[in-house]
Amino acid sequence: MERTAPPLTERTEGFWRSGADGVLRIARCQACGWRLQPPRPVCPKCRGMDIRFEPVSGDGVVHAWTINRYAWNPGMPPPYVLAHVELVEQPGLMLLSNIIGCAPEDVRVGMPVHVTFEQAGEAWIPVFSA
Amino acid sequence: MIENPMLEKKVVISGVGRSDMGRRLRRDPWLLTAQAALAAIADAGLTPEDIDGLSTYPGASWSTPGITGAGVDDVKALLGIKTRWHTGGGELPGQLGSIVNATLAVAGGLCEHVLCFRTVWESTAQEQIGSRSETLRSVTTVREFDQWTKPFGAGYSTFGALTMQRYMHESGSTREQLAQIALTARANAASNPAAVYRSPMTMDDYMGARMISDPLCLYDCDTPMDGSVAIVISRADSARIDRKRAISFQAIGSATGLEASAEMMWGRTDLKPADVDLAELYDGFSILAVRWMEALSLCPRNEGGRFIEGGSRIAIGGELPISTGGGQLSGGRMHGYGALHQACRQLRGEAEGVQIEPRPQVAVVSSGAESFSSCLLLSR
Repeated sequence: MERTAPPLTERTEGFWRSGADGVLRIARCQACGWRLQPPRPVCPKCRGMDIRFEPVSGDGVVHAWTINRYAWNPGMPPPYVLAHVELVEQPGLMLLSNIIGCAPEDVRVGMPVHVTFEQAGEAWIPVFSA
Repeated sequence: MIENPMLEKKVVISGVGRSDMGRRLRRDPWLLTAQAALAAIADAGLTPEDIDGLSTYPGASWSTPGITGAGVDDVKALLGIKTRWHTGGGELPGQLGSIVNATLAVAGGLCEHVLCFRTVWESTAQEQIGSRSETLRSVTTVREFDQWTKPFGAGYSTFGALTMQRYMHESGSTREQLAQIALTARANAASNPAAVYRSPMTMDDYMGARMISDPLCLYDCDTPMDGSVAIVISRADSARIDRKRAISFQAIGSATGLEASAEMMWGRTDLKPADVDLAELYDGFSILAVRWMEALSLCPRNEGGRFIEGGSRIAIGGELPISTGGGQLSGGRMHGYGALHQACRQLRGEAEGVQIEPRPQVAVVSSGAESFSSCLLLSR
């Protein structure tokens, strides 16, 4: 599977490079503790501007899922599962990602999943395994 | 709560028009735009010289190929229109945000007659470039949003599918129930000569259709087409327009999100959901029509599947007709403007073949999905 690599920018590379050591890091406001995904330089809750990437457990649950049948990307032959994964650290902290490591039709809402990474260019793409 | 200055009473829809419409017309999108614009202007009883404002979505600046066939400057040059005010852009509250903008400009006294337009030529653009996915890949503008979707192989249908899957999980509704959005649209399209798909569709057709992104099947996705729709927004007290044919705004909702837009709209009127005779709901994916139905309190939350089951309630002649021209699923993707055009025709009693009897008094029209949303409550 050949994924499209995301651009690495000052705003986002802390997220995309995080998986190099197998740990998922999410931007977090140092003033109020709110986690932001996608990462932004200002906290929408307290407007704090000290935002740093901090490790999370990598545990999440499937919020919604779909078996994609359409070849959006020539490097990613369908079918594959796309899902909104809610990270356990904060209600509503959601990543759009893929579910791997199980048959597509076995994915369920509420299923616990754990992060793993697949490399694309210089980025480490966080995907989730049952 | 913001005091309602009754913006809605100061403006009307004075004219509507559309171009030739269909799959792969292979026509210059500027020509389609001019057809729709001149039809709408004439329908309002005006001439191009009367038009002093222009408004469109998404404008000529950003698009996948074919998603926008003309911008504001194009139409000024095409029709020799001299404006006192204009706007065009994508960062609006839904596609009908371009209508909302026009109401503000007219009510605020910047201009008197705004021509609003929406032109698509996606099916021809896709044919020229190749396959649909090739069309989408040819987009050169990388939006901030794309970096969070492309590495995972997500596309537009992903979001319709995730919305539908989560909705089915929360509400317990079934594909057989939700199929009625597509089946109703197709049944109504049969009587609309401008609709893209008019051949009959059965429940078996729907259930047997290929999956695009489970549980979203082919018939849950709207269809690209070529065409243009134009709407003229005028001062309600303009001496030039035909007041008997004008459509009134009862309320506008332009807040972020379906529920917030709906709440805002109902907060600006004494009318209630039970007063709605017709709902032309945004159906870029069929589930969005269900989501809008619930957001607008036209049925209870999570009851949409059971409400539309069997289809009789939402058919022409039912208590809440929807997609009376075929919607975007069967009529074609006019991005909210098709729904608005159809609602105006129904309110005027001019929807030949699919006219609701007795003629509807109140219609709601919605556009967009998620945080990109707006809705209009209209009356004749």
